[in-house]
Amino acid sequence: MNEISRRKLITGGIVAAAGVFGLGAAARIAERHGLVPPDAGGIWGVGETLTYASQRLLTRHSLAREFSRSQISKRPVPNEMPPLKDEYKRLQAGKFVDWRLSVDGLVDRPGAFSLEQLKSYPSRSQITQLACEEGWSYIAEWHGVPLSQVLDVAGVQPHARYVVYFSIDPDWWESIDMADALHPQTFLAYGLNGDELPTGNGGPLRLRLPRQLGYKSVKFVTRVTVTDSLKRFGKGLGSASPEGGYAWYAGI
Amino acid sequence: MADSAYLPNSAAVVPATKIKTKSRHSGWVRATHWILTLCFFALLVSGIEILISHPRFYWGETGNVLTTPLFQIPIPSSRSMVPTGYGYVMPDQNGWSRYLHFEAAWALVLTGLLYGIFILVSGHLRKNLLPGKGDVSWRVLSTEIVNHLRFKRPSEAEAWSYNVLQRFAYLLVIFVMVPLVIWSGLAMSLAFVSAFPASVTLLGGQQSARTIHFFVSVALVLFLVVHVVMIFLAGFKSRMRAMITGKAGTGRERI
Repeated sequence: MNEISRRKLITGGIVAAAGVFGLGAAARIAERHGLVPPDAGGIWGVGETLTYASQRLLTRHSLAREFSRSQISKRPVPNEMPPLKDEYKRLQAGKFVDWRLSVDGLVDRPGAFSLEQLKSYPSRSQITQLACEEGWSYIAEWHGVPLSQVLDVAGVQPHARYVVYFSIDPDWWESIDMADALHPQTFLAYGLNGDELPTGNGGPLRLRLPRQLGYKSVKFVTRVTVTDSLKRFGKGLGSASPEGGYAWYAGI
Repeated sequence: MADSAYLPNSAAVVPATKIKTKSRHSGWVRATHWILTLCFFALLVSGIEILISHPRFYWGETGNVLTTPLFQIPIPSSRSMVPTGYGYVMPDQNGWSRYLHFEAAWALVLTGLLYGIFILVSGHLRKNLLPGKGDVSWRVLSTEIVNHLRFKRPSEAEAWSYNVLQRFAYLLVIFVMVPLVIWSGLAMSLAFVSAFPASVTLLGGQQSARTIHFFVSVALVLFLVVHVVMIFLAGFKSRMRAMITGKAGTGRERI
């Protein structure tokens, strides 16, 4: 082996070792600062972590774009969805008087909220875009109560890291980090374009998360759980989406 | 250059045509070229899969099955909601496609940044990509265009650098098309535009960004087609060898 190639080999070795060490250190720092998504295992983990970490650093407090009334889509798309179960139909027949949103987990005052109670808090509105991972989108005005208001009432404990939320459809549940959960535009929405929220758009209650794709805005929400770990929920990947092959974080 | 290491000392007496000491492409160019090729194919395949879930395009902020499309690609969709005119629905591939699309996008951006730093620092940009002073004249350009239209094989000098049309094509890809495809891709990200709203409004809205993303991708595929055709015209074996091993051909293939 001659001088030049040996020098190259040594330099290359040092660079490679530094790279591996650097990656390991970066991964530990990211983990400590909550920048690693729950579905970071497997072959997509690097891309997912880079996306989630960079967007979390850039967008922790940024607001989703809001639009003017004239930009509201004529017809808000009710996406295709599986048929609703008898339980939903029973509550619908009773005009959702018996609909409850239970709040539990790492909160000081777990409880259940009726729609009437949720509507007793100051109502907020946002004209935001709902974009589907498929590529289509619409703009609508959503009315509701910020999730942070409900979490305040329940009293979130300091070591809370995620909020998990469930649809009445047992196959649809999602979770978000506290940055998203406490974000001022994260709503429990009960109204659409000045009216009650229709069934097709998730009525009577939908979690509205305008900085992420539509599948994170779970329809027919019945339960919100505050937790410090997502390991105990489903397969531990954070939500139903990664179990079905879709990313947990849907900011892109 | 590493290749010089095993050259015999008598290299000087070897006839000039047989010397293969100089690399046509440096190690940096070769490594980034093939990584970016891999990324491009991953992005293309996953992009097509995502497109199949909604093969309609719009202009402005919004667009969906209840609005009139700008145009529609006449293929079946992987969603029953989309009116395609076909009686069947394709299998949903969006989960892995989206994961792959963004992972490949990261690999492309990071590799592209390394390439960008390399071409600036090494002088590759100045020496091989920016056209020479004498090259930007109608005489040179028209000669080059005529040569291309006649499918004339490249001159010996081109075994060592790029011709002027090639330079313009590469500059267009590196500094216009790839940045635009990344920009229009990011402009579709709800979280990204919450921090940088101008990134989407400058393109005319979220659906406009999606449509632009599609057209730039088509343009990049057209570039790829021309690129591969030119490699065949110039001599597939020698050009592939040059991009894999770095060694330029001796010109034997062109006879």
